[in-house]
Amino acid sequence: MRGDARLNKLALPVGLILLALVFPFVDDALGTNLTFSAIVVAVFVMLALGLNIVVGFAGLLDLGFVAFYALGAYVVGWLASSHFQQVSFSFLSAANTTTVSGVEKPGIHISFWIILILAGAFAALCGVIIGAPTLRLRGDYLAIVTLGFGEIIPQFFENGNNIFGFNLTNGVVGIKAIDSPGFPFLPDALDDWQRFTTSNLNPWYFTILALVLITIFVNIRLRDSRLGRAWIAVREDETAAAAMGINLVTTKLWAYALGAVFGGLAGAFYGAFIKSIFPTSFSFNVSILILCMVILGGMGNIYGVILGAIVLQGINFYLLPQVNEWVHAIGDATGSALLAEADIPRYNFFLFGLLLVIMMLLRPEGIIPNRQRAEELHGGEEEDASVPEVSRAG
Amino acid sequence: MALLEVQDIHSYYGHIHALRGVSLTVEKGEVVTLIGSNGAGKTTTLRSIHGVLTPREGRIVFDGEEIQNVPPHDMIERGIAQSPEGRKIFSRMTVLENLEMGAYHRNDGVGIQQDMDRVFDLFPRLRERTKQEAGTMSGGEQQMLAIGRALMSRPKLLLLDEPSMGLAPVLVERIFQVIREINEQGTTILLVEQNANVALEIASRGYVLETGRVVNAAPAALLRQDPKVREAYLGEV
Repeated sequence: MRGDARLNKLALPVGLILLALVFPFVDDALGTNLTFSAIVVAVFVMLALGLNIVVGFAGLLDLGFVAFYALGAYVVGWLASSHFQQVSFSFLSAANTTTVSGVEKPGIHISFWIILILAGAFAALCGVIIGAPTLRLRGDYLAIVTLGFGEIIPQFFENGNNIFGFNLTNGVVGIKAIDSPGFPFLPDALDDWQRFTTSNLNPWYFTILALVLITIFVNIRLRDSRLGRAWIAVREDETAAAAMGINLVTTKLWAYALGAVFGGLAGAFYGAFIKSIFPTSFSFNVSILILCMVILGGMGNIYGVILGAIVLQGINFYLLPQVNEWVHAIGDATGSALLAEADIPRYNFFLFGLLLVIMMLLRPEGIIPNRQRAEELHGGEEEDASVPEVSRAG
Repeated sequence: MALLEVQDIHSYYGHIHALRGVSLTVEKGEVVTLIGSNGAGKTTTLRSIHGVLTPREGRIVFDGEEIQNVPPHDMIERGIAQSPEGRKIFSRMTVLENLEMGAYHRNDGVGIQQDMDRVFDLFPRLRERTKQEAGTMSGGEQQMLAIGRALMSRPKLLLLDEPSMGLAPVLVERIFQVIREINEQGTTILLVEQNANVALEIASRGYVLETGRVVNAAPAALLRQDPKVREAYLGEV
C-alpha cells in the first residue's frame, strides 16, 4: 500500500518530465514552432522559482527581483563577448576565438558553463549586498526598498557606458554578439544536434530544462530543510522565531542569496540564448510579471509557481497573439478598422492586472496554494492587532 | 553561585529610561516572580535578560557568563527559553510543528521525543491536538502550547511572561499547577505576572517593581503578608 502511494505521488512529476523531454520532437513533428516560446517560459519558471524562495518561503516581498536576472545576463555579456576590447582572453570557450586572419578576438571569452556558475555566485553576492540593508524592514517598507534596487540596477546598466571613462555596460546600445555555449571537449561537435545554434533550439531547450529541474529539486530540498522551517517561522513571527534560536539575519540573507542565484542563472542563460542584452529588457515590469507568477500560482507552493509562470507566459506568447489574429479576422470580416488593426498583445499587463485582481478576490492563495499560506489568508480571524512593540512592554 | 544574576541594569526604549537600575538573582531550582503594575518594567526586565533589549548599563550573568550582549537567538543555546507575552505561537503551524520549532536548535532525535512526551504528559490537551492549527485553539490551549514549546529546548531557565493573561480563573489555576510541576521536575523559572496572587503562591521569592526600580524583594510568603503589597497588588484594603 505504502509503495503504491509513493508510486502514485511520483507518477505525475515523472510523467511531466517525460512530456518535457519529448516536447521539442513533438513540436518539430507537428511544426507548431513552440520550442522558442517554451525556452523563454522555462527561463521564467526559473525566475519565478527563485523569487518563490524569497517571497513564498521567507515571506520577504521583493519588488526588484529583475535586478538579479539583469546581473546574470550582464555577467554572460561581459565574459562571453568582445565587449571589453581592451583585453583578449579566452578560456575553454566554444566560440571561435580567432578571427579569419588568425588574430585572437578581443574581449573575454569564457566557457558558458563556467559563466553559469560565476553568474549564480555573483548574483548571490549581490543578493546579500542588497539584502543586508533591508533586514530591519518589514512589509511595505521592504517592498519599497527592493523596488528602489530594482529600478537602480537597469538605470545603472543604462548609464554604465561611462563610469569615469570606463565603458562597463555599453549603455542603451547593450552588449551584442554574445558567444554561444558549446562543449569544450568536443570542439567539432559530431553533428548539428550538439551545437547551440539559432536554427536548432534543442540544445538550448535541454539546457534550460536541466536548469529548471535543478531549480525545482533545490526548491523542494530547501522547503523541507531546517532552513525552510526557519523561513516559515520567520514569516509567521520574527520575535518568536528568534526565541527559538533562529538567527533572523542569516536566515533572511540566505533567502535573498539563494533566490538571487536562480535569478542570476536564468539571466545568464537568457543572455546567451538571446545573444544581445539591453537595459530595457530588465525593467520594473519584469519584476512585477515574475511576482504575478508567484502570487497567481500560489506563493510558497513549488508546483503552483511553475504553473503560474507557464500560464502567464502562455498568455503572453500564445493566447494573446492568437486572440489578436481572431480579432483581426473578425475586423476584416466585418470591415471594422478598429478591430482589424487592434494590437491585443499590448494589453498584456492590463490583462495580468485584471487576472490578479480576480484571483485576489476569489482565490487569494493562488491556483495551487501552500497549506500555511492558505490559512494565513482565510483563517486569520484570531489575529491579535499588532500593537507597537514599545507600548506592550510591561 | 546564582543561576541568573542581574546587576543594576538600565534599559531604554529610545529616550525612555525604562529600567533604572534593576538587580535580581535567581538561584538554581527556584521559582522567582516579578510583580508590579502596568509599565513597572517587568516585561522590559525579561526582554533585557533575553537579549531583545540590550541594557546600556549593568551586567547580566547567567551560569557564570555575561550575557547582556548576547542576541536573543543565542539564548536558547545557552539554556534560556522564553514563553513571551501574548504567547507568540506560530498560529498557522500545527501543534506538533510548533513544538518541533521549540527544538529547532537540537539534533538529538531521542531527546526531542522524550521532551515531546514530557510536554504531552504535562499538557494532555496538546496530545489530543497535535494535528490542529495552533491559531484555531483556545487561549488557554495556546498558552499551554507556548509553555510547552519553550520546554522543548530543555532549558535551564524558563522565562514566563504573563502566562495568566486573558485566561479564565479556572485555567489560570490549571496553568500554574503545571508551572509548579515543571519547576518540581527541575527547571528554574523566572515568572513575570500581574496576577500577583497566583504568582506569589508558587514562587519562593518575589521582586516588586515600580517605575523601573525594584522597591521590594522578599520571600513570597513575606510579600503576601506585606500590607503595601496586599493593598497594591493583591486587591485588598
